Amino acid sequence: MAEAVTISARHVVKAFGQGSATVRALDDVSVDIRKGEFFTLLGPSGCGKTTLLRLIAGFEMPSGGTILLDGADITNLPPNRRPVNTVFQSYALFPHLTVAENVGFGLRMLGKPSAEVKATTDRMLALVKLEALAGRRTAQLSGGQQQRVALARALAPQPKVLLLDEPLSALDLKLRKEMQVELKRLQHETGITFVFVTHDQEEALTMSDRIGVMSNGKLQQVGTAKDIYTRPKNRFVASFVGETNFLHGVAEAGALRLGTGERVAVAGLRAGGEATVIVRPEQLRLGPPGDGALAGTVRSQVYFGTDTHCHVALADGTELVARLQSPATGEAGLADGQKVGVRFAEGAVQRVEEG
Amino acid sequence: MSPAEAEAVRRSARDGWLLSLPALVILTLAAVGPLAIVLVYSFLTPGQHGNVVWDFSTGGWVGILWTKDIFTGEWVLADGHLTILWRSVWLSLLTTLFALVIGFPTAWFIATRPPRERALWLFLITIPFWTNLLIRTYAINEVLRREGLMNSLLLGLGITDAPIEVLYTPTAIFIGMTYVHLPLMVLPLFAAIDRFDLRLLEAAYDLYASRWQVLRRVILPIVKPGLIAGSILVFVPSLGAYVTPRILGGGKQMMIGNFIELQFLQGKNWPLGAALSMVLLLMVTVALLVYVRHAGRRSQAHG
Repeated sequence: MAEAVTISARHVVKAFGQGSATVRALDDVSVDIRKGEFFTLLGPSGCGKTTLLRLIAGFEMPSGGTILLDGADITNLPPNRRPVNTVFQSYALFPHLTVAENVGFGLRMLGKPSAEVKATTDRMLALVKLEALAGRRTAQLSGGQQQRVALARALAPQPKVLLLDEPLSALDLKLRKEMQVELKRLQHETGITFVFVTHDQEEALTMSDRIGVMSNGKLQQVGTAKDIYTRPKNRFVASFVGETNFLHGVAEAGALRLGTGERVAVAGLRAGGEATVIVRPEQLRLGPPGDGALAGTVRSQVYFGTDTHCHVALADGTELVARLQSPATGEAGLADGQKVGVRFAEGAVQRVEEG
Repeated sequence: MSPAEAEAVRRSARDGWLLSLPALVILTLAAVGPLAIVLVYSFLTPGQHGNVVWDFSTGGWVGILWTKDIFTGEWVLADGHLTILWRSVWLSLLTTLFALVIGFPTAWFIATRPPRERALWLFLITIPFWTNLLIRTYAINEVLRREGLMNSLLLGLGITDAPIEVLYTPTAIFIGMTYVHLPLMVLPLFAAIDRFDLRLLEAAYDLYASRWQVLRRVILPIVKPGLIAGSILVFVPSLGAYVTPRILGGGKQMMIGNFIELQFLQGKNWPLGAALSMVLLLMVTVALLVYVRHAGRRSQAHG
């Protein structure tokens, strides 16, 4: 609780259009982003994550709510008066300037003496390992190099917050992995708060200190990667982040009664009404039938190398996916059509809200 | 390079010359030839009835700046000629500047419209080209004259008490030339702004640039080729303008184009007219060289 908050969005609403055609891109979003953390906004396209980023940058004005930076209200400040810089998805490098001039642009606009501009530019170019290309035009650079220039340019004025709008989406897979490591290193070395927007859940899980999952203009859940993955709050978060099995049934004390009449133990579940629970595929255990296990039949299997995904149908036809370690060489695996008992790892079954 | 390869290169070079021969012939007949005649005429002696006598003379060139006093027979500086040359240059520069000031926001406005709307605006810009220059210039005449549209409006609205005498002044020429040449400024500027990535504006604002700095440090340097192309396209025809100063200047406010005409017709001094034509050509060439130098530097920068 004592951690300092850098960006605080309070009840932020952003509506586009007028009258009945109004679209709420952001619908009452409140979030605190802590000083020095790597915070990721994750969600499908059109969920409002980029809109929130643009509001923090100042490119858009909110229809309602306030945005604080280190406790000061910046809601109505234009972008050039906010100590916040952006790495754009398109990079948006200045084509008429050299790499070094691009990096020094922000400092020059701030009116820093040229000796300081030069020193900081050199330092930033060294940070992103582009010293050798300082005099080049940006059009002569590869995608990965342009990305580094964009990063150096946004970091050079030493902003309080660095906003990154899907910066890696234009890179190929190998380069993307490299840049993920690079970004973490830069964040660590500069200590600047990073707000990163992505629709790639793997990217979000591996890079972030905390993740805010968004959909339909609402922040669905905020937490660490582990929180989000192991304790998703609702159906959307559970299905968007990682693969998930859903079980639907009637809530009883400490258990969920499925359509087949079988019961699944759910810790802390209270009786009354319908409920949905989730189990991650790697938390399923397939064994001999009976002894309180759910009765299932192997439908199909997909071999992934180290893992095999086994699709199992329950008595009422509900299909579950189990991610199993592939059988060792010579060891007989499961056969399609085989009757199995489905069990779940301890504490793996989580209740989620619908919606 | 082997002898066979060298031979092949030589042959392809020769074939290249042969293929461009028609173009060279047309260029010689239509451009270089007439120019050479003009150049030769500028070094001849004026005849009695507006022809030339084949005697070498530098009188045409000297006559640009000096004139013989009819009473004393001494050579004196022809300040009337200088006034005309100077008026041509500053009116053209002023026209270019104003076309730029009006044309830039116009081009920006069109380039930032949705694509369908943009076609309509561009269409509107090109409409004046459908009407003959003479007719358009007379239309401006109608607007500017003493009892014209402008003065009726100003008097009617009570903004002025007496009609403003604009017609037959340099101001009228300037207004007319700006109107006539404005599309030539807007179109290349539109092309340049259309290619401009508007996301760069956000990047510049994000990096602490003020609105003025965004214009000066980002927009103008990037659209510069269009800016220079538009300026040249306005400046060059303004410098050689004939119809506009003739109608709106009333023959009293001559520009170099009218002055050249005068030498060939009433003045009966063909060598002077030819020399003046060469001077005009020289000024246009200088303007074009400025353009080529900037365009060249730009394409070089982009490798």
